[in-house]
Amino acid sequence: MTSLPITLTINGLRHDLEIEPRVTLLDLLRERLDLTGTKKGCDRGQCGACTVLVDGRRVNSCLALAVSHDGAEILTIEGVAQGEDLHPVQAAFIAHDGFQCGFCTPGQIMSTLGLIAEGQAGDDPERIREGLSGNLCRCAAYGGIVEAVLEAQQNMAKSDRRTAA
Amino acid sequence: MRDFDYIRPATIPDAVAAAAQPGSAYLAGGTNLLDLMKGGITSPERIVDITRLPELDRVEELPEGGLRIGALVRNADLAHDPSFAKAYPAVAEALLSGASAQLRNAATVGGNLLQRTRCSYFYDTASPCNRREPGSGCSALHGENRLHAVLGWSEACIATHPSDFCVPLVALDAVVEIEGKDGRRHVTLEEFHRLPGQTPQRETVLEPGDLIVAVRLPAEAASFAANARYLKVRERTSYAFAVVSAAAALTVEGGRIRAARLALGGVAAKPWRARAAEALLIGAPAEEASFLRAADAALAEATPSGDNAFKIELARRIVVRALTSALAGTPALMPALPASPFSNIPGARHDA
Repeated sequence: MTSLPITLTINGLRHDLEIEPRVTLLDLLRERLDLTGTKKGCDRGQCGACTVLVDGRRVNSCLALAVSHDGAEILTIEGVAQGEDLHPVQAAFIAHDGFQCGFCTPGQIMSTLGLIAEGQAGDDPERIREGLSGNLCRCAAYGGIVEAVLEAQQNMAKSDRRTAA
Repeated sequence: MRDFDYIRPATIPDAVAAAAQPGSAYLAGGTNLLDLMKGGITSPERIVDITRLPELDRVEELPEGGLRIGALVRNADLAHDPSFAKAYPAVAEALLSGASAQLRNAATVGGNLLQRTRCSYFYDTASPCNRREPGSGCSALHGENRLHAVLGWSEACIATHPSDFCVPLVALDAVVEIEGKDGRRHVTLEEFHRLPGQTPQRETVLEPGDLIVAVRLPAEAASFAANARYLKVRERTSYAFAVVSAAAALTVEGGRIRAARLALGGVAAKPWRARAAEALLIGAPAEEASFLRAADAALAEATPSGDNAFKIELARRIVVRALTSALAGTPALMPALPASPFSNIPGARHDA
């Protein structure tokens, strides 16, 4: 089929695109827009490496047709830091060795942003593990990941309190 | 993924007319459809994107009591809706035990009902499969089949329906609202999915073009809110399909069971309502002996379809445990977490 026009706002920038309907959001990001921070692991929704936020919600971009998300706001790992300043979740992953090879890390961090926004896990490590079960880490850095999530949540809550004051 | 035409209709009648054309498939969350398309298990010529159809993403209280859940409501939104989780806790618990947070954010109510089996031979296009290619044979029957059906299967197909959500729904008498070429009709969820028989490729009662627009829960479904559970046994702690699961709901008065609902998941090609077990429970003392009799009744017709005789005893035990947990009362915090090897907090909270 011929290409269709869509508009996406990705990391705050508006993109007017012409794409074939069969292009997934993941392939659009990586192959057309050179946003290769979002990883293609299984490409079947089983590993979570491709996790991005669509309108603020974490989803598997490998199972999303880009054309179906016309008009959406997308946040990828490239849009998380503020210039040279890492996001608290990124800083906490480094501080707690929340990775070894790093391939799953963009997905882990985007999923963590979704988890914190959803507000269902609180500070219970068991609920954090459950809430992140859609992100596999073949290096098994899970211990560090859970510590990183706990610390990032605390730092973000402190920073929110400072902002409010 | 093969190329296809893409249309995004603005109204339900336009969607139904487009999807009635041969080779069409509806797209909502896409979490199962895209997986199937990438594997070549299905190759629609035309995708009818229903995500922008109006009014299908609402949850409404019905004037006569009960609830109408729009087909496009996302799994996560429904499960985390506090009033929904309070009235139908076993349904919320089932939703939250399924898939991953990312998938629950995308997957819809209607799509959950229509998801395909995860039988590995169905997914392997090099293997014969009567469900994927009628008449080609069933590879699972003499293959890897320890997770396959123990109820309602046939020589033509021994696959199971993978949904968690459907298990408490069928127990609570949910009704599927369908828009078709000839207008709207209602089908109970119990009748919605078909057993394989000689035509496993016919998985539901839907005709070409038929669109699920909502799922309804009758008023009575909320009467079990204080004593309702969904228990799911998986081969890993989280993010896996059920080996066996059970939804149990009770109302108890003076130590006797006044009303009982029971359904099983992972055991058949459809969510399995255990009506004979319910009949035994009604009026019986609310105690383990009654639950054991109910479990025997629920599995009375079960037979192994391969290396899966263990699932019959497992299902009995899960039925007893689900009923015991339901009797103990709905937990305050949902979902009760599955037992995890990492957990350092033993106790009732980690009991699924």
